[in-house]
Amino acid sequence: MPPSGASRLRVKQTTSGVTQVEFIDRNILDEANIHQIGEEITGLVDSAPTPKLLISFANVDHLSSAALGTLITVNNRIKGRKGQLRLANIDPQIGEVFKITKLDRLFQIHDTTEGAMASFT
Amino acid sequence: MPAPEHQPESATFSLVNARADIERAEGQLLGAMERMGYSEASRFALRLAVEEGLVNAFRHGHKDLPPQTPVAFAYTVTPAEVTLDIEDQGPGFKPAEVRDPTLEENLELPTGRGLLLIRAYMTSVEYNAKGNRVRMTYSRPSPTA
Repeated sequence: MPPSGASRLRVKQTTSGVTQVEFIDRNILDEANIHQIGEEITGLVDSAPTPKLLISFANVDHLSSAALGTLITVNNRIKGRKGQLRLANIDPQIGEVFKITKLDRLFQIHDTTEGAMASFT
Repeated sequence: MPAPEHQPESATFSLVNARADIERAEGQLLGAMERMGYSEASRFALRLAVEEGLVNAFRHGHKDLPPQTPVAFAYTVTPAEVTLDIEDQGPGFKPAEVRDPTLEENLELPTGRGLLLIRAYMTSVEYNAKGNRVRMTYSRPSPTA
């Protein structure tokens, strides 16, 4: 767990204009952390005229419905700016959470970073 | 006589909304499940149910109560099933009135999925009449499941 006040994300700007985001926490459960993650991602979205964001779940073991709520809020914000959001590298157990909630229909989910990157238009 | 690792394990907690306390209680539950031979998938399910149940209790049940108001949490783990009890001190709610977050018109709403996940992962979910206490039961999946 990162020290208090530290970023909870690893962020990489690609030459193709896509911002890649990874979570530092393996468990996205704590409400304060989820709030901070939401603030940080919102900052990234708002800093681009038409944001292209790829969120990787490669390090994530657990997430809660509150984390899903933050992803939905981010998705709505990106849509509002005519941007694009992709999710990738989702563990099968977490993938099941997306299926149960039917959020696999709302988000564009890819198996790999490469597949997600290729899907941006 | 059953082997010691097959003896039921129970614990009760009075939790405030503090991450360290919640994780300590979860850790004890997951440790008991591991000793009883529950799979990683089962422990994932139970952790999710505990998280969602406690979030509902603190965020909704206690939204008008002082922040340090505790929630009662208890578990019993046996070789056949895990039982969780979560009771808040709020006014209760009516589960039947919670909207379905999987409907097309609700998909983009950021809240309301905790109960859905609990019901999906647990074998049974029962509320008391007031709606401030939930009992969740998880039956160990059969080996062929």
